[in-house]
Amino acid sequence: MRLLTHNMLSCNIKGVSNGFPLRLEAEKWVEKEVELNADFLRGIFPKIEWKALAGAARAIGYDQLPDEADASMLDSDDFLRRFHHALLELHVEEGALVCPETGRRFPINKGIPNMLLHEDEV
Amino acid sequence: MKLKQLEGLLGSLQQFSNPKVELEQYPTGPHIASRLLYMAENTFGGISGKVVADFGCGCGTLGIASALLGAEHVIGIDVDSQSLEIASKNAADLELDIDFIWCDIKNLGWRDQSVNTVVMNPPFGTRKKGSDMEFLSIALKVASGAVYSLHKTTTRDHIKRTALRDCSAKSAEVLCELRFDVPQLYKFHKKKEVDIAVDLWRFVP
Ligand SMILES: C[S@@+](CC[C@H](N)C(=O)[O-])C[C@H]1O[C@@H](n2cnc3c(N)ncnc32)[C@H](O)[C@@H]1O
Repeated sequence: MRLLTHNMLSCNIKGVSNGFPLRLEAEKWVEKEVELNADFLRGIFPKIEWKALAGAARAIGYDQLPDEADASMLDSDDFLRRFHHALLELHVEEGALVCPETGRRFPINKGIPNMLLHEDEV
Repeated sequence: MKLKQLEGLLGSLQQFSNPKVELEQYPTGPHIASRLLYMAENTFGGISGKVVADFGCGCGTLGIASALLGAEHVIGIDVDSQSLEIASKNAADLELDIDFIWCDIKNLGWRDQSVNTVVMNPPFGTRKKGSDMEFLSIALKVASGAVYSLHKTTTRDHIKRTALRDCSAKSAEVLCELRFDVPQLYKFHKKKEVDIAVDLWRFVP
């Protein structure tokens, strides 16, 4: 699971009012290089919840993202490279996503988060 | 990538080994799948450089086709973990990076408009009434650009009404009518293959 996917997911248990962002607990992750697409990064930047991305990146030991970001930073190649790396090149293989409100854990195995809800959660 | 080449690669994918009747598990054949994605990309520019979600991805055919056509990020979602395992393997065999999520589409917790495009071949709702409509309404919330989907031609009017009225889609258009060979996966199918008419739709949320 890439951090871009993490940035879109929230906890959908019945009654939870703020299930975003899911706290990332990473036990195993891998890096896979992909080509940087600056247009893509500029286009998606406004949709990204920055704090959630920076927090998730930190959870897997990548602390090269600033705590806050605004669109003017997209002019910097250095910023784009870091943003690209965090968003698309880090893959969580094993770990869990944890609901910020209820503490419910959604395990991640072989890169696939299990977001199935129990009967009493829907 | 040429259409024939895409079709050939999709034809080489492993498909459901033990299809589950209640989940309506049958693959979109390579002919239809390649044309669906080709149209989404070449006519509407909806795939290359985009974030694409494959709803009810099964063994990954539509998501993999999206990745082959240059999608920047692809997410496949299915409620069945066995299918996801096959889909992961299919993607790895082609050296494609695709994210998979094990989830019931009905309970998907996703920020609105977080993907550009949704591609799907939802359960037609023959086993569980209304599941195609559930898929559609959630796809229209999650997508910012367009939803490409297959639905039975017999339900055309109903789909159009639901999309425009209940899901407030801006447009709902049938791009073409196809013949879908649902192979004899299930014992209750008497004939070897049931050939049904299916519409390829494009919805704009
Ligand atoms: C008709 S098959 C299509 C498979 C694949 N997308 C393809 O085109 O070859 C429908 C898929 O939807 C999945 N499915 C059915 N109900 C679902 C649900 N509620 N949530 C998520 N996936 C579901 C099934 O497991 C199956 O893989």
